[in-house]
Amino acid sequence: MKKALQTFCLFAALSFACSAADTPVNFTSSIERERYETLLEELRCLVCQNQSLSDSHADLAQDLRDQVYTMIIEGKDNVQIAQFMVERYGDFVLYKPPVKSATWFLWFGPSILLVVAFAIVVIFARRHTRDPRPLSKEEQNRVQTLLSQDREP
Amino acid sequence: MRYVIPLGVFIVLVTLLAIGLRLDPSYVPSPLIDKPMPSFELPDLANEAELLTNSDIIGKPHLLNVWASWCAACRTEHPLLMTLAQSGETPILGLNYKDARDDALAWLERHGDPYARTVFDHAGKLGLDLGVYGVPETFLIDSEGVIRYKQIGPITSDILESIIEPMLEGLGGKK
Amino acid sequence: MIPELGHFMLSLALSVACVQAVVPLIGAIRGHSNWIALATPTARIQFFLLLAAFIILTHAFLTNDFSVAYVAQNSNTALPLAYRLSAVWGAHEGSLLLWVLILSGWTYAVTIFDEGLPPRFSALVISVLGAVSIGFLSFMLFTSNPFNRLIPAVADGGDLNPLLQDPGLIIHPPILYLGYVGSSVAFAFAIAALIQGRITAQAARWIRPWAIATWIFLTLGIALGSWWAYYELGWGGWWFWDPVENASFMPWLLGTALIHSLAVTEKRGAFKNWTVLLALATFALSLLGTFLVRSGVLTSVHAFATDPGRGIFILALLGTVIGGSLILYAWRGPSTFAGGNYEPISREVFLLLNSSLLAVATATVLLGTLYPLALEALGLGKISVGPPYFNVVFSAVMLPLIAILGIGQFSRWKSDSPQRLVQRLAYPFSAAVAATAIMMIMLGGQKVIAAGVGIGFAMWVIATTLFGIRERCHGRRHPWFIIFNLPRAFVGQCIAHIGFACTIIGVVVTSFYSIDEHQRLAPGDSAEIGGYEFLFVGLRTYTGPNYQSTEGNFELRRDGRFITTLKPEKRLYHVRNMPMTEAGIAPGFTRDLYVSLGEPLEGNAWSVRMHFKPFVRWIWLGALLMACGGFIAMFDTRLRSPKAVRTVAIIKASNVDP
Repeated sequence: MKKALQTFCLFAALSFACSAADTPVNFTSSIERERYETLLEELRCLVCQNQSLSDSHADLAQDLRDQVYTMIIEGKDNVQIAQFMVERYGDFVLYKPPVKSATWFLWFGPSILLVVAFAIVVIFARRHTRDPRPLSKEEQNRVQTLLSQDREP
Repeated sequence: MRYVIPLGVFIVLVTLLAIGLRLDPSYVPSPLIDKPMPSFELPDLANEAELLTNSDIIGKPHLLNVWASWCAACRTEHPLLMTLAQSGETPILGLNYKDARDDALAWLERHGDPYARTVFDHAGKLGLDLGVYGVPETFLIDSEGVIRYKQIGPITSDILESIIEPMLEGLGGKK
Repeated sequence: MIPELGHFMLSLALSVACVQAVVPLIGAIRGHSNWIALATPTARIQFFLLLAAFIILTHAFLTNDFSVAYVAQNSNTALPLAYRLSAVWGAHEGSLLLWVLILSGWTYAVTIFDEGLPPRFSALVISVLGAVSIGFLSFMLFTSNPFNRLIPAVADGGDLNPLLQDPGLIIHPPILYLGYVGSSVAFAFAIAALIQGRITAQAARWIRPWAIATWIFLTLGIALGSWWAYYELGWGGWWFWDPVENASFMPWLLGTALIHSLAVTEKRGAFKNWTVLLALATFALSLLGTFLVRSGVLTSVHAFATDPGRGIFILALLGTVIGGSLILYAWRGPSTFAGGNYEPISREVFLLLNSSLLAVATATVLLGTLYPLALEALGLGKISVGPPYFNVVFSAVMLPLIAILGIGQFSRWKSDSPQRLVQRLAYPFSAAVAATAIMMIMLGGQKVIAAGVGIGFAMWVIATTLFGIRERCHGRRHPWFIIFNLPRAFVGQCIAHIGFACTIIGVVVTSFYSIDEHQRLAPGDSAEIGGYEFLFVGLRTYTGPNYQSTEGNFELRRDGRFITTLKPEKRLYHVRNMPMTEAGIAPGFTRDLYVSLGEPLEGNAWSVRMHFKPFVRWIWLGALLMACGGFIAMFDTRLRSPKAVRTVAIIKASNVDP
């Protein structure tokens, strides 16, 4: 199946004759255009899964781009558009993972790690201010031997 | 004690990766499981004038098979569908996805028609509502019109025996 | 006949590697000097065997020997010569051969430059490298042999993936591999230190150039990859947070942490256990990267087509090598490493802080990359984690790091006072604010706070660096050309930090001030972006060596004045039936203009993408500066000072293990 999908991606990208793929769109307002472009970057192509809807040449990607365009013109907001996609394809279609209990650690983990790292370093630095332990007799002798050898040319 | 932490983290990581080797990263599970079939109104492939809707299919547990004449993998599962159709127990509804009517009809002519009815979804709207991303796909729908299972890729006899048939029996679709 | 010889070379190399890994190791532990003496010759023999195998494989490509399966899959008679050579490492098996060759090359280098180390220690390092070699050679011989025959041979091959048929892709893998594999030297060193149970400042001094050299190659390799993606893929992107890109970025981040931690270990004898852990972890991430590319666990545009069977082998290799080293760390770590004393406010602490923050940044990238896999493995659903996540979270983690960089490179060793720091740093702080304001005004357009913050932080780094140089030269008779007499490590550090700031500026400005247009243009139409006009003159078609091309002709103008002609192409490579885009780029120091052809539309028109990308080159120029800085720092004479050399002589004479 995977092989079929990959081949499909290649064929879709190949479609010189297919006029549907990669059609530029027109908006009346630049805010809408920006929303369109941002949304396309945040949605994942399900066929060519390494690309966003913005970059993918797959047929399905063009369909979904058209869908996003239509929804923006109809006045739907970004949340509604994202939800439309998720209802049909699941969370997989969002490049920006939703914040829910399962992804809580994903979103907040790094900041927690940051604070923990700071705390550990500060505690560690404070503890390390004492003097180094004194040398033992044996180690003192070794130091003397090495230093005396050092004086040789 | 803290020197063991890196080892602990690493063990978790390796376990995770080992499990990952058994998973397919490109497989997208369907959010439509246990949700009702999306409503639609689309022409019949055989008869352009006739429109099919949800109400035409409720009543019995059945399979909905998404196919197209340009899809090479569909040919692989087709004999299996023909056998299934011939046994007569479970109706198979066809969804012709983003295809040209003539090509689709010719394909059915050549390879056989296992479908009770075929919905002609030229624009792919129903496909989009169903979350189709890689033809062929097959849905198992119960008598209330609720989607119970989605198969991505061609159906093999293994999948038929181990997943689909038991589900159908559970739903009362087979004797 | 000859490919079989190549196969034989590999088997021999494996046997030699076994000797290299076992004999000197036991010799070092037990004290048998003639066993120790085997380290260098076995390492060198292994190198020559692998070099021979590599040459044999290259020969197979040059002579179009399609009876070798690997050649048949990745080459073609129509493939230009340069790409037939680079095809040697273009796919899984060949790139593995390159990997082990480079590993043996680094090991050879260790045998040349190890006079500064006691023989026992050096033998341990070479043994460990031999063990790693065993792992990879076994992997090759059992699952991924490049010399497998294809019987019957085909008349012509499957051609190299068109994406790889590009000059950038010829050098990107070797340089990146030099970096990836180089981290094994620091790894071997760390293992040797753990086995011996001690690590001295002298030893840390020895490893530092190796860690820097590795880091330089990784920097260049990643920058090359980014630059290549930019000009080749057609939509002006330069980083996608793709799992395999992340897999190369993580060793780079930790490698940076390692260099900085080594600086402290070398100078002040502190942070030994942290340095050792970083050395282990950097190589672990390098192995993890190898796993991710070749196992099929994650979807990635970089992934080699391969199967889970190989994935299991690499995972076992990863588990054994790193698991073993971490067990050794847990066992030996607590008893060995004490050292260094310093005040809470001191350069050591700032370096430790930043080294830890780099580790947090690495963990963040790892988290984002593997989280979808984790959730799926736990049955909690399937999500995607992409650029919207990484851009936000990674930048957030980097900000404190950049701030502390400025403070840290200015602070004093061992002990510093907060008052002095605040007082002195007020100057570069004001300079940074002023410079940011000026730059924001010059950039024009809409003012975005995030852009201002990003530029501000970068200016902070530059200001503190320049200010630090001034402080260092302060009070001497001829202040300005004293710069040439400053220690190389310091000069290298300054250049590298400035390079880092340049990259930040490039990233921030491109991200916030790029203008992208996607329009339907027919010959004769023109479009305007960012003050530049693109006039679509026409198209022509031509036939290349192994492709058919449609080439567009665009004239670039500004204020009516002609600047240059851009020729984006849409190519179709015959053998694999694969289309490729070649963008037309007008490069510049402060901006790039970029045009690429999309698809033909009805009515003789094409969908065309045009981009205005300000400061995008700064991203890679910054990386180049970082690499230069590292290069200069590597050759600091203090690493080879008379005192150091004398100390080495004493150690050797007294046969005392440091």
